[in-house]
Amino acid sequence: MRPIQRRLGSTLALFGGLAAAAIVLGPLAGSTSISLGNVVDRSMPFEQNVDAQIFFVARLPRTLAGAMVGAMLASAGVVFQGLLRNPLATPFTLGVSAGAALGAMLAITFGASLAWLGLPLAPLASFAGSMCAVAVVYLLAGARHRGLSTNVLLLAGVTMNAFFSALILFVQYFADFAETFRILRWLMGDLDISSYQPLVTALPLVIVSFAIFAWLARPLNLLSLGTDAAETRGLDVTRAQRAAFFSASLATGAAVSVGGPVGFIGIIVPHLVRLLVGSDHRIVLPASALFGAAFLIACDAVARTIMAPLELPVGVITALIGGPFFLWLLVRRA
Amino acid sequence: MNTNLLPFVLFMSFVIVANRPLAVPQAQVQPRRIVSLIPAVTEMLFALGAGDRVAAVSNFDKFPPEVEKIPRVGALLDPNLERILSLKPDLVVVYHSQEDFRRQLDRAKIPTYIYTHAGLADVTATIRSVADRVGRGDKGRELATRIESQLGEIRRRAAGRPRPRTLIVFGRENYALRGIYASGGRGFIHDMVTLAGGDNVFADVQREAVQATSELILSRRPEVILELRADPLTPEEESKELAVWGQLASVPAVRNRRVHLVVDARTVIPGPRVAEGVETIFSRLHGGR
Repeated sequence: MRPIQRRLGSTLALFGGLAAAAIVLGPLAGSTSISLGNVVDRSMPFEQNVDAQIFFVARLPRTLAGAMVGAMLASAGVVFQGLLRNPLATPFTLGVSAGAALGAMLAITFGASLAWLGLPLAPLASFAGSMCAVAVVYLLAGARHRGLSTNVLLLAGVTMNAFFSALILFVQYFADFAETFRILRWLMGDLDISSYQPLVTALPLVIVSFAIFAWLARPLNLLSLGTDAAETRGLDVTRAQRAAFFSASLATGAAVSVGGPVGFIGIIVPHLVRLLVGSDHRIVLPASALFGAAFLIACDAVARTIMAPLELPVGVITALIGGPFFLWLLVRRA
Repeated sequence: MNTNLLPFVLFMSFVIVANRPLAVPQAQVQPRRIVSLIPAVTEMLFALGAGDRVAAVSNFDKFPPEVEKIPRVGALLDPNLERILSLKPDLVVVYHSQEDFRRQLDRAKIPTYIYTHAGLADVTATIRSVADRVGRGDKGRELATRIESQLGEIRRRAAGRPRPRTLIVFGRENYALRGIYASGGRGFIHDMVTLAGGDNVFADVQREAVQATSELILSRRPEVILELRADPLTPEEESKELAVWGQLASVPAVRNRRVHLVVDARTVIPGPRVAEGVETIFSRLHGGR
């Protein structure tokens, strides 16, 4: 077996074990104490078995949502950092989350009587909003150059963030007190999906983006040498950049539509993983996905238990960890 | 006097005079042009027979029907000072939390009545206080006493009945069980439901609002769920909104079809119609429409 495959195998085993442990232990944490014996007790009918209800209806979907959102945001973070060749890039740098926030805000403020296909409006609208932002950024970046200029991409993304934030403030003017509060809470992230439906709906997007990520591992390694050097080694740079941009945006849009814009996962996890396994994207990508899943599940478990019976939004915990981490990263690089 | 000191003395006099404490405007006995930013207080003014003296209301006022013709001047977050000043009011009813706005009104020498949002008992206290302020003290006491006896009567009727565990939802996302806000153990909604004979599942939480996650709802096992709404729904919308609770099918209230959409503005406005609101809640809690 080649060394890279051996390393990949052992890394996946380690991080996979971590993710599996998180998925198994996640539903056991919570503000109410439940007994595992009651959860698996088949003799009690489900209607009377409160412990089983809490486990299967409240906690398990939430843990799986944490795994999915964490994996998608972490791997999208790795891809954006490779695409923009900037270790401080996050999945939200290019305006994806601002577009998603605007979509969700419009749904919450104005979508009072619309429910399309019986699905709630906010996740759909936030996904549509994120894809709009992505489309605008892509068109702006590709307008001048034949390829995808990363500088223009970054500037376009930052501009879209500012523009969408202005639109968000405008829409907020029309929202009443309750809607504003609800939007603020959405912006902090909320993994309490209480059903498996959003996961099933997002699954095709996850599969598509992860498939493209798998293909992107080697191209990202080459891109990190610079676009010219990558071209001389036979990489179709434009195609790789497009694939990276779209797959990472798709993953981010899907993640935000499930759990809201949970910040800092896309920067903490890739950097921690790189500290542990090096910079080879063939290892960093899958490891980040697995570690991201475990990390977000852990953050959500803390958010649910630290102020029981009240629950903190998970974005607060990731920000509390992420802020100092970000500073440390900046200081370290300086 | 040494002429070098004169500018200094003039300057210091100016500084002292400019920083004197502002005199609070003297309250007038019978304000004739009242601006009310609080819908509950607007209702009180009309119920006290002072409705003809209301010069402007908030953007959210809907009752009584006469407010449709009255100018609107903003609300809690965006009171329009210019519009209010142009109406030359002699009393403005403001929220306790609108501190900057109150200071602006003080500087313009306009008397204010400060409203604090609290429990059910404060509704009648506020009615009496507002009535005294606008010179309708007797009517205010009469109205307050009538409401208190109505509430007492409902409390008596509820006394003998079983008290169902009740989840009181006053806000959530449309057609989804996300962002559910329930009443905690404080505030007039909690007081209303407790008086009507319900046991608030979040009575132990010392806050007015609790974000109810699915785990919290499942662990508290409410027997009745009351969703309080002010705006009417079409029957189709109503059935869709009720169907959403199927996601938490194992909650006793959902299982036993005791989820009620209470579309009645009187249940969410702490004003003179509050007894009727409690009556609505009572009838939903103890069966029957």
